[in-house]
Amino acid sequence: MTFQPKIVGFLCNWCSYTGADLAGTSRIHYAPNVRIIRVMCSARIDPTFVLKALHDGADGVLICGCHPGDCHYSEGNYKMMRRYPLLKSLLADYGIEQERVRLEWVSASEGQRFADIVNDMTERVRALGPSPVKAALEADLAER
Amino acid sequence: MADDKLQIAIYWGAACGGCDVSILDTDEFILCIDAAADILLWPIATDGKYKDIEALADGGLDVAIMSGAVRNSENERMAHLLRQKSKVFVAYGSCAYMGGIPSLANLVPREEIIARAYLNNASLEPGNTTVPRLRTSLNGYDLELPEFYARVYKLDQVVDVDYYVPGCPPQPGQAQAAITALVQALTGQAEAPPKGSVVGASERALCDDCKRTKAEEKKVKRFYRPWQIMQDPEACLMEQGILCAGSATRSGCGVRCPDSGIPCRGCYGPAPGVVDQGAKLLSAVASIIDSKDADEIDEILLTLPDFTSFANRYSVAASPLQRSHRR
Amino acid sequence: MTTQISIDPITRLEGHGKIDIFLDDDGAVEDTFFQIPELRGFERFVVGRPIEELPRIVTRICGVCPASHHMASAKAVDGCFGGEVAPLAHKLRDMYYQAHFIHSHIAHFYALAAPDFVLGPDADPATRNVLGVVHKVGLEIGGAVIGSRSKAQEIQRIIGGRNTQDIWCLPGGVAKGLKPEELEQIRPWIDELYDFTQFSLQLFRDVVLGNAGYVDLIVNGPYTLDVHNMGVVDENNAPNFYDGTVRVVDYEGAEICRYKAEEYADFVAEHVESWTYLKFPYLKKRGWNGFVEGIDTSLYCATPLARLNVADRMATPKAQEAFEEMFTTLGGHPSRALLANHWARLVEMVQNAETLKRYCDDPEITGTEVRVVPQQVTGEGVGIVEAMRGTLTHHYTCDERAICTSANLIVGTTNNNAPIQMVTKKVASTLIKPGKEPDQGILNMIEMAFRAFDPCYSCATHSLPGQMPLQVDVFKGGGLYREFRRCC
Repeated sequence: MTFQPKIVGFLCNWCSYTGADLAGTSRIHYAPNVRIIRVMCSARIDPTFVLKALHDGADGVLICGCHPGDCHYSEGNYKMMRRYPLLKSLLADYGIEQERVRLEWVSASEGQRFADIVNDMTERVRALGPSPVKAALEADLAER
Repeated sequence: MADDKLQIAIYWGAACGGCDVSILDTDEFILCIDAAADILLWPIATDGKYKDIEALADGGLDVAIMSGAVRNSENERMAHLLRQKSKVFVAYGSCAYMGGIPSLANLVPREEIIARAYLNNASLEPGNTTVPRLRTSLNGYDLELPEFYARVYKLDQVVDVDYYVPGCPPQPGQAQAAITALVQALTGQAEAPPKGSVVGASERALCDDCKRTKAEEKKVKRFYRPWQIMQDPEACLMEQGILCAGSATRSGCGVRCPDSGIPCRGCYGPAPGVVDQGAKLLSAVASIIDSKDADEIDEILLTLPDFTSFANRYSVAASPLQRSHRR
Repeated sequence: MTTQISIDPITRLEGHGKIDIFLDDDGAVEDTFFQIPELRGFERFVVGRPIEELPRIVTRICGVCPASHHMASAKAVDGCFGGEVAPLAHKLRDMYYQAHFIHSHIAHFYALAAPDFVLGPDADPATRNVLGVVHKVGLEIGGAVIGSRSKAQEIQRIIGGRNTQDIWCLPGGVAKGLKPEELEQIRPWIDELYDFTQFSLQLFRDVVLGNAGYVDLIVNGPYTLDVHNMGVVDENNAPNFYDGTVRVVDYEGAEICRYKAEEYADFVAEHVESWTYLKFPYLKKRGWNGFVEGIDTSLYCATPLARLNVADRMATPKAQEAFEEMFTTLGGHPSRALLANHWARLVEMVQNAETLKRYCDDPEITGTEVRVVPQQVTGEGVGIVEAMRGTLTHHYTCDERAICTSANLIVGTTNNNAPIQMVTKKVASTLIKPGKEPDQGILNMIEMAFRAFDPCYSCATHSLPGQMPLQVDVFKGGGLYREFRRCC
């Protein structure tokens, strides 16, 4: 039975969600492993969401926003741009493999690119195997 | 034991004793506690024994106040015992509330802790291969030690906690306020705070109470470690590029650290409304970086090493990931 | 069949400790084990942290003597930056540290030691505590104790910003200085503290030295060990709690060795036993020879008494008078009478207060140059101070970004792990007689053995009906034979 990664995707409404939508209307076949949560802007993504997703059992988290300069709210995506390297360093210290959390800029017209990103990420996370976090924390509570 | 006196226990898990000192530092107030309550167990100060607690009926203790985290099997045993025997169980201090400084150990494997202490450091007996063991049989004697767990737990990860008193340690004023609130609730003089409340501290963030001047906007082109510059004693530390956890930290401590030229490190725990102190500090620090270029942002962040131990200095066990998951 | 007596818990480092006493078939003590059941792993989890953060992390090793760790850590960190420190910062740190010593010694002497002497070692346990002391000698003293300790802590807060879990030291100095108005605020308190040290010595003379039984217990009782002494001294071989050279002197008064901070690992090593988490330091060049006394032993004490044994003199005049009085009474210098640690604390307090007075009169003390910005990262540092309960060593290394790459600590009470083990056995062996069940008085007298060392948590006791929780279960033939409890 092949491992099917569960990847949570936070997509901003204006560019990246529309781009994902375009992949669908274009009938592009791509991996079904990303569960999309639409937010208005990538700035809305509190780092807590990413950590909570991992805590709750996600094998990976994909964050998508508008290309720098194209944010619907002018500068929201820069906030995510600044948060991201700090988040990566935090994840590294907590022993989470770097490829489980990924930030990509996807425009409304980049349906194929979105599909390619999802395919690529799915395979990388599949190669890593299931995230150990949820099972490990449950085991911590159940056994000593 | 007089029937009208509250029955209380004060105990410590993986602790440093600072929380017990903070209760004793209430000075004359401790005599008021002594007048109102029988302290059945308080190893630092009284002669109560584990058996006295074991002999009680469930709920026979009005309040159990426990500081320190759960690092080993003895800490856990006592947490369960005190919870079972008490009506109200209070997690006192940062270690009990969030895991505290000892939970920084959650970022390293247990084996490395043992190796560093007993097998591999500059002052060990040359050639030592002995490490502490749960059971040692020596000359026919059986000696036991509690089990050193693989990680640190905050108290509510092992028992049901009613209230939290934050701080490392809670300031004597806070200790007095918290104990007073509990005593008043238990004796019917005042309504009990909602279960799960943080008691004895403020409902504000540290920045609200900090006297340093704050500009309209905070923007920095680089960060400074506290020793790298001579700081302006009047201006906000973050505006000078010096990391300070005040924006996501609960107030009530008196802001003694920033007042003395030392940045806050978050010992009072998350500000009201904040779920994860580390993530909030991450957003706060990110928000003041004055750049829109990914490469430049990386350059700026080189001036800020080891962000994790700033974000979760006292709260690794309380963070969503709780510990390292490196395999 | 061996009979086992377990005393669990007793207060110790990190508050947890237990004693197992094994009796032979005749009921005589065969062996004793003093176990420390705790470990938290500071030496490992500070690795990877910015080195300047360590002085604020290692204070959480102990909430009773955090300033000791803060100072030792600050000095090790300064070493990692090439040792360049604003001279005024050293003075201020030393001044702050004297106040820390006073508050801790006051708390220990009055709350922990005084009950055994004011009320008697085998007095009714219900009253053998500081409240009993207050009852016997008056409310004035209780208020004076609390007030004096409070003043000492407030002096720390005014100088260093905070008095529990210290925050003040940075590489190159300290974060803030002392303003003239702050100095004038604390000056009268320092005079009052000096008076209190003299009052305490007089109390000791009246209550302890005036009682022949106590003097006999101190000088001739089983609380002695033929092991050596370690302490930090200045260039005149007078005690210096903040900085100096570590000196080791044998129990007959001959110097064994002396070393500077950075040489510590050539002189001290730590032995590990599997039945306790706490290591056993010993003199490295002599090798570990087990728990043995004698002139060739590699074991030593690091305590107030050890510090005074190591010293040829005190650094201040009134302390010197107290020093001479003490050793004359004890019958010579050095002394192996471990209960004299309680007296030694009072003598040290006099030097603490006199040192504080000297700093008050130092015209530079309110200067503003309290820190320099380090210009280089040299990568290694060792900081040694005298904690109230023994020589404390912090050794750090860091990389070129000043991120910690290793930490090694030898903590004050740790030095005394083997001596505490041995004197506990000696006292238990002397007091537990074949055919005689150990009673309340005996339990307390066994406790007096480790109590003399002021193990880390005892500082905090004041004001409550207090003794350590003790329960003794006597097993015979594999079954519970009798229980002894020490009750309120």
